[in-house]
Amino acid sequence: MATTSADPTLRERAWAAAASVCDPEIPVLGIADLGVLRDIRIENGVVEAIITPTYSGCPAMNMIALEIEVALENAGFARPKVTTVLSPAWTTDWMTEAGKAKLREYGIAPPAAKAGRRALFGEDKVACPHCGSADTTRISEFGSTACKALWRCKACAEPFDYFKCI
Amino acid sequence: MTDTPLLQYTLRLADTALVLGHRLSEWVGHSPVIEEDLAFGNMGLDLIGQARSLYSYAGEIEGKGRDEDALAYLRDAPEYRNILLVEQPNGDFAATMLRQLLYAAFAHPYFEALARSKDAMLAAIAAKSVKEMAYHLRHSAEWIIRLGDGTEESHRRAQESLDELWPYTAEMFETDQVEPALIEAGVAIDAASLRATWDKTLDHVLSEATLERPRDGYMQSGGRIGHHSEHLGHILSELQFLQRAYPGATW
Repeated sequence: MATTSADPTLRERAWAAAASVCDPEIPVLGIADLGVLRDIRIENGVVEAIITPTYSGCPAMNMIALEIEVALENAGFARPKVTTVLSPAWTTDWMTEAGKAKLREYGIAPPAAKAGRRALFGEDKVACPHCGSADTTRISEFGSTACKALWRCKACAEPFDYFKCI
Repeated sequence: MTDTPLLQYTLRLADTALVLGHRLSEWVGHSPVIEEDLAFGNMGLDLIGQARSLYSYAGEIEGKGRDEDALAYLRDAPEYRNILLVEQPNGDFAATMLRQLLYAAFAHPYFEALARSKDAMLAAIAAKSVKEMAYHLRHSAEWIIRLGDGTEESHRRAQESLDELWPYTAEMFETDQVEPALIEAGVAIDAASLRATWDKTLDHVLSEATLERPRDGYMQSGGRIGHHSEHLGHILSELQFLQRAYPGATW
């Protein structure tokens, strides 16, 4: 970025502060792991965090933006800015491996495949985050939040959330 | 009205998304099972999110300081530019799902094409929306197959809803004087070019569902130029009540 400060440690500190913010719906997952935090720019000493929504109507975005501001202020960056961009559109492909592991530990099955038309229209193969069995079935296309579907494991009989591939 | 074609085009997309999103939100708390309550809530949220982005952009294009809220809450029914299909009453579960299928089978290829628009903002909004509409299409198609190929009662209801909603489907593919220059410039989509894709999706789902595709008879349109059914006024009276009664209220 042309606007990024020449001081890499400053940017790293700002990135770490912003990345410490978690998704309010999935408190184990940081917004960097989720792929929502896209960039940190520093211009004339003002930090700007660039974020992108997972879904058009994601109600967590306002809260995430507010928490980034607070986190940056607490890290010593005065009057930070948070800018939302739509393009390129968020995809589950941006979720980090560390993020996927945290989801699984939390009891949510991470996105199973690469996003794309096949993933959207084909039947997903989802492993149970509790017992690991592949003998699972979808209960509902839509779960407790826009990004999740509701599944059930036929081996251990537990229901679980599945983070949809998009 | 001296709205530019780009503003009118954007408002048509925004109003269609908002009105359908509001219709779906009316199901919350009333669905037959909790999973479908969540599904309607989520799909409505997708549509209202798309509308918010489109209204914000429309406000920018207009350049008169109107934001997404002013455009959604402070325009009256004749100023709304949504297609008539999305303002039709929810009816029963089958009617709502059919309306969703008819729209999603159109909106999915539409946004796929619009994602390549020369207008960067419309392209960005479309690229997000296409992912969401893919799920709406899959979900509504699965339900229509289940209902159509289900019991005698569910089949009858699904077929009746299909017959009732059919006259509102042609409007999706219309163009008028607003679009040609925008289509020429690579900004807007010629909806008529998506007809074959829509037909193919619909024919596939309806045949799986053992439902009979209605014949094209009299087709009703007018929403895109502000000629609405009486239903839109009732939607807006609920949607806009708070901002009309307490202008500028925030919380």
